[in-house]
Amino acid sequence: MNDIITLGIESSCDETSAAIILNGREILSNIISSQIDIHKKFGGVVPEVASRKHVEVISNVINEAVKEANIKLNDVNLVASTYGPGLVGALLVGLSAAKGIAMSLNKPFIGVNHIEGHICANYIAHKELEPPFTCLVVSGGHTHLIYVKDYGEYEILGRTRDDAAGEAYDKIARAIGLGYPGGPLIDKLAKEGNKFAIEFPKVYLEDDSFDFSFSGLKSAVLNYLNKMNMQGQEINKADVAASFQQAVIEVLVNKAVKAAKFNKTDKLCLAGGVASNSALREELVKQCRKEGISLFYPPAVLCTDNAAMIACCGYYEYIKGRTSAFSLNAVPSLKIGERD
Amino acid sequence: MNIITKSPEETYELGIKIGKNLIVGDVISLNGDLGAGKTHLTKGIAEGMGVKDYITSPTFTIVNEYCGRLPLYHFDVYRIDDIQEMYEIGFDEYLYGNGACIIEWGNIVKELLPSNTIYINVYKIDDTVREFEIKSDRNLEFLKEMRK
Repeated sequence: MNDIITLGIESSCDETSAAIILNGREILSNIISSQIDIHKKFGGVVPEVASRKHVEVISNVINEAVKEANIKLNDVNLVASTYGPGLVGALLVGLSAAKGIAMSLNKPFIGVNHIEGHICANYIAHKELEPPFTCLVVSGGHTHLIYVKDYGEYEILGRTRDDAAGEAYDKIARAIGLGYPGGPLIDKLAKEGNKFAIEFPKVYLEDDSFDFSFSGLKSAVLNYLNKMNMQGQEINKADVAASFQQAVIEVLVNKAVKAAKFNKTDKLCLAGGVASNSALREELVKQCRKEGISLFYPPAVLCTDNAAMIACCGYYEYIKGRTSAFSLNAVPSLKIGERD
Repeated sequence: MNIITKSPEETYELGIKIGKNLIVGDVISLNGDLGAGKTHLTKGIAEGMGVKDYITSPTFTIVNEYCGRLPLYHFDVYRIDDIQEMYEIGFDEYLYGNGACIIEWGNIVKELLPSNTIYINVYKIDDTVREFEIKSDRNLEFLKEMRK
């Protein structure tokens, strides 16, 4: 089979990214223009750069990806772009750029689901990984347990009914006065605290459910902070961070391992921004070893929103014989496994 | 007018009553501290509008869309640093579209909200009791019922 070079584009939320991938799994370039970096560089929020101005950076990001991959745009065989879920205005920027390039090159175009992209990041990181497997996707906006039957075939086992895991982290970080994004900051602070210091509720919902709920935990932590303040007692932030994190991780890990066993898969993958959380990885490694399950997770750069995972996902859709029409529109509430 | 709810269940019931009354073009600006129950009230409103899906927090995604008796656009604008960003995500098209909008932390984008906006402020009285202050120029049926 001839080599296939895929250009991937991602612009569903804060990040604008473009990547060039060879044969689905080999990264030639992966350029991410991150809003968070801009915030850090200016030491806080600068209104002019704070807005989600994908349109101003997209051309540069794509040019940079092509340049770094050391190819010519003409060498691209397939163009993939996220078309949902996400913000409609943000999605349209990447989607329109992708369609324009595919049309001008006279090459196939494929729209990709952002969350399926996160799952595919594991294919790039682990060349030997093949479906079927179970995948836990945890990020700022999403918490899902997915059964990956085959390339391009996904089944939702469970999802959050209220807050995503990453959102719960951000909200608790806000409440105890840490910065944004809350995940890495709580993870770091938790290392100094006692995870058994405070007993926060671990919500498992119905016995047979793979769904999640983190809103009750958020309320319990806020009520605890409030109570301590009212009583004039000093709050040990490290203990709060560690105990909160313990409550989140215990539920995520137990449900993920249970789902892997339920599917009779001996492979469990982790994906999404929260996949780089060290405590979550440690606990999963421990539990998976105990249960004889092989655990896979991508390196940090592939856990954040990036276009390499979108290109990989698009490549496997294409291999399966799917392409998208140029009339494909952005779908802000696109569901996993949904095909037009 | 002000309404007290004594439990999350009562808050949900209040949401259902509000949701049943919403019409195309309605905008609710929902304000209150973290954990006050803004998303919980929204879940009730969505149920009252006939939405069957789970209502998940839009803090990260900024807006989630749902299909009910009419479309529901659920915003959380906490992460918006500059109201200019709202134009970029097509806020006007949601506000003056074919559905109803609920905007958590709506005070952040106050100058963009239409004159028919229903303002709901949520106050935490204790762990479970909440006070809802509802201000609206619209003659809302459910408010009339509750006044009786």
